[in-house]
Parts: sequence; structure tokens; C-alpha cells
Amino acid sequence: MAMTMTQKILAAHAGLPEVKPGQLIQASLDMVLGNDITSPVAINEFEEKGFTQVFDKSKISLVMDHFTPNKDIKAATQCQQCRTFAHRMEIENFYDVGAMGIEHALLPEKGLVAPGEVIIGADSHTCTYGALGAFSTGVGSTDMAAGMATGKAWFKVPEAIRFYLTGELAPKVGGKDVILHIIGTIGVDGALYRSMEFQGPGVKNLSIDDRLCISNMAIEAGAKNGIFPVDEVTEEYLAGRVQRSYEKISADEDAVYEKTINIDLSQIRPTVAFPHLPENTRTIDQVGDVEIHQVVIGSCTNGRLSDMAVAADIFKGKKVHPNVRAIVIPATQQVYKDCIKLGYLEIFIDAGCVVSTPTCGPCLGGHMGILAEGERCVATTNRNFVGRMGHVKSEVYLAGPAIAASSAVAGKIALD
Amino acid sequence: MVTGTVHRYGDNVDTDVIIPARHLNTANHKELAAHCMEDIDAEFTKKVKEGDIMVGGFNFGCGSSREHAPIAIKESGISVVIAKTFARIFYRNAINIGLPILESEEAVNGIDAGDEVSVNFDTGEIQNLTKGTSYQATPFPAFIQNIIASGGLLASIQKEKPKESGEQNEL
Repeated sequence: MAMTMTQKILAAHAGLPEVKPGQLIQASLDMVLGNDITSPVAINEFEEKGFTQVFDKSKISLVMDHFTPNKDIKAATQCQQCRTFAHRMEIENFYDVGAMGIEHALLPEKGLVAPGEVIIGADSHTCTYGALGAFSTGVGSTDMAAGMATGKAWFKVPEAIRFYLTGELAPKVGGKDVILHIIGTIGVDGALYRSMEFQGPGVKNLSIDDRLCISNMAIEAGAKNGIFPVDEVTEEYLAGRVQRSYEKISADEDAVYEKTINIDLSQIRPTVAFPHLPENTRTIDQVGDVEIHQVVIGSCTNGRLSDMAVAADIFKGKKVHPNVRAIVIPATQQVYKDCIKLGYLEIFIDAGCVVSTPTCGPCLGGHMGILAEGERCVATTNRNFVGRMGHVKSEVYLAGPAIAASSAVAGKIALD
Repeated sequence: MVTGTVHRYGDNVDTDVIIPARHLNTANHKELAAHCMEDIDAEFTKKVKEGDIMVGGFNFGCGSSREHAPIAIKESGISVVIAKTFARIFYRNAINIGLPILESEEAVNGIDAGDEVSVNFDTGEIQNLTKGTSYQATPFPAFIQNIIASGGLLASIQKEKPKESGEQNEL
């Protein structure tokens, strides 16, 4: 039976010649990921059930990125628990403050995820690595604990929706606009339980950062994963990062898809998701006058160097509007360093932005930019749920870095 | 078999409103339960009783993978969540920690807040005692029933004997 890319990767990891949608399988894992919020729950489970060692100390990543640098005593205690566990288990990929970055920016950057691999993470945006041609999905802490103990996880083989991409993005349009457009079209449960498979001649025109951003928000359409084929763009990114051999798995020509959605990339317009769901999208010309109080540029969705470059280009020689606090968060130490080297940091600070060490902080209303009642924020993050960034009566508008930076200068949602 | 009073919510109940991230600096079940649903229903923790039933629409539990969400619901005394559909990570998490969940669009349409509802886990039958109606939820596959019967995923792993990869398709 012909299989999709996702199905082929799952079959290979279950030791089966083929799998069918709906089939329950047990797959071997190439990486198990957790952060400072989800790992403590997993560690408690792991230890309570009497497990004493992990399946492979090189295939577990613990990244202290959510409430770090520790926002309060409780957060510090959670990181302490992770640190102690990582040392005791001799976990090789433990990333603490100073080395850490936002997990889904960090793992690809460090070459810890590769095409054809199966990765689970106790963080819903683990689906990001589909951009590199891996099967990668978010799970909970108990799945993480089981994965750390056994190196395996159970999956229901998903059906697939094919997104057939053609054309090329217009200037000032990026991966964020593509995925917001898709979520606006199919809804926040439009791909529930399914894999989103991106294909077509338009793929080669998308940078790795665009693809990482698109796969990152597959979960925002309810999807199990969002996966791209492996091409020259992927291989160029992986060169020098991934030393081990990896398998370039591609979908069978006659694989079955529940449906195909055609997307002409040249028609995608700059897009904003209004509160309180990522599906509430409007193109920039439909936004109207929305005054704002804060801008956040960063996160696992848009905290990479290309995002910083887009923002720097807009902030250069301009000033953040007096009514706006602009918070820029390079996603990893490497991105931060590159921003220094390329002069972006100086541009941000001269414009009146604050530049933070890597953290998920404000995206989930943790710290580093919480909103008061009635405040509005344009954020390059991934969720705009009720209370996501602070007070239940605050509002988050999701957009890419071009709109976010332009809005910071204008004091209202805008694109320069 | 459980019987309880219904707390009813709409579509796309996300895990941020089930347990806001500002409370995720602890993994303590009781502390999490103390803030369960507070951003969409400030009265929930005051009115919920042991055995009560939570009902939601489409895509219940969407968003963050935080297992703190089903933990908070379970710890607050909810005996079962019935929804039209569940977001997939919440679905896994609920099964893995032993919070019973059932999918039935029909049942959700026929249940209002405050109704007395009883659920038979063996048969998947949902009875609305207030309205005198009855619905059938889709039963879990045997593999998932085994996880639930074992008392959660980790307990089921402990019971499992090592298997060769060729046997895995028996799941």
C-alpha cells in the first residue's frame, strides 16, 4: 500500500513494512525532549514508578527555556529538579541558562534533529522539526517519561492533508503569513489528528526558517505533525550541523490524502490573527485601527536570525512609538551573538526596544512582558488564547516580524 | 459507572484556560486544581463536587501540551470529560494519566449545564438523567482500554514484557 511521508517514517520506526491510517503502532524514538515546565511532571512519574535509568542518555534533551532565567522560587525549584535529574542520568543534551535557547530553535541549530527521525517532546510545538523532514510531535509529560524509560511511544497512524505549494512569497511576506493563512482557512481543528504534508514546486522557494515557522504552528490547526520534503535547502541547512547519517524519506507517488489544498504562495498577503484564536485571521488591509501597547518579537515561531533581520530592517533609524513597549528576544545564544555581530542589537536598542536573553517568557504569560487588563500586544508568537500573555482581558494579535516591528513604530497594527 | 452534575463549556477550550501558565511553576496536583478553569469560569473551583462531569464542544484541550491540564481537572474531582472532539495531545494525556474521556457530539448537544448525567465506562453509554435521554459514545480501541485498565501508561509499560519489533503490530 502506498504511504505518505509521515506513514513511511512511522512504519520504518515500528519495524513494519507498511502501516495504515488508524493503526496503532509502537515506534522507536530518536529524541525525547522536555522543558523546565513539563520535565518535572515527567521526572516525578519516572521516579515514582521506580525507573532508574534512561534508555539512551544521548537521545534525551532537557531545555530550561520557559520560566528562565528563573522567574521565581518555584520556577527555580523546578529547574533545580531537572538539573539534578540530568546530572544523575548523565543526560548529554541538558541546556541550562547560558547555553540554552528556546527549545525548538535550539535543537535544529545544534543538529539534534534530522530527516527521517521520530521525535517526541513534552511541548506542543515539537512539531517544528517536520520542517527538516522528521516525524516530530508534541506529547505530554507521561509520554515523555515513558519515552525516557523505554525509547518508545505509541502512535495512531494519521491520515494526511496535502498542501500543494506553488509560486514564491512576495516581499515582506514570510512563513508566518503562510501558516496563519492556512489556519484561517481550515480552522483551529481543521487538521485534527492528521498530518499536514507540504509538497509542490513552491517548497523550494521557502527558506528553512520559513518552513520551521510553518511546521511550528501545525499544532494550531490541531495537526499531529507538519512535514516538508527534504531538498537542497534542507541539506544546506543540515551541513555542518548533523554529523550522523540520516534517511531522506519521501512520500510514495500514489499515497492517499484525505484532501489536497492548493496554495499559491505569491497570493499570500501579510496576515494578522485577532484574539482569541489563531484562526481569526485578517489580511493587513482588513485590520483597521487597532492601537497597541506592547510588541513581542521572538519565540519558537519567529525568534530566528532571519526574523531578527526583518525586524532590524524596519527599526533602523526609527523609534518605537511612545505608547509601546517593544521586547525583542533572540531565540538562542547563537542568534543573540549573530545579532550583535550584524549590528541588529544596536539598531533595536537605539530604536527603544529592550533585548532579552533567550526565553519563552511572555509567549505563555510566564514573565518578561505580561499584559495588564485592557492591553493589546502584537506578538510573533503562536497563540492568542484568552489570558495567554497575562490578564484575561488583555489581547494578543499574532503576526510575523515585519508587521510586529512596523506596529511597534506606528503604535497600532501596521506594515511599513 | 459514574453519576454527576454537568459543568458545560463551548468549543476550543484550550489548556491555557484550563490551567493558566502563571500557575505552572508547580507540579503539585492540589495547587494546580485550585486554579482549574479560572480564566473562563472563576466559579468552577467553588462549585465543583467530587464525581461531577465536564462537557465541552469541538477540539477540547487544544493548545499547549501541558499535562497539568488533565491533572488539574482530575484532581478537582471531575470523573469524566465528554466532548464532541478532543485535541490530540489532551486525548493522549488524559488516557495516560487515567482521566476518563468520551467523544460524542450527540450527547454534548443533548446535555445542558447542571444536568445530572451518568456514564457507563464498560459500554460507553451516556444517560442524561435530567432529560431522560441516552447516547452511545465511541468505545476505545483495546490497546487504549489496556492502558486505562493498567492504571495509566507507565503502569502498563511496567506490566509489559519485552517484545521483538516484529510483534509490535499486535497492538
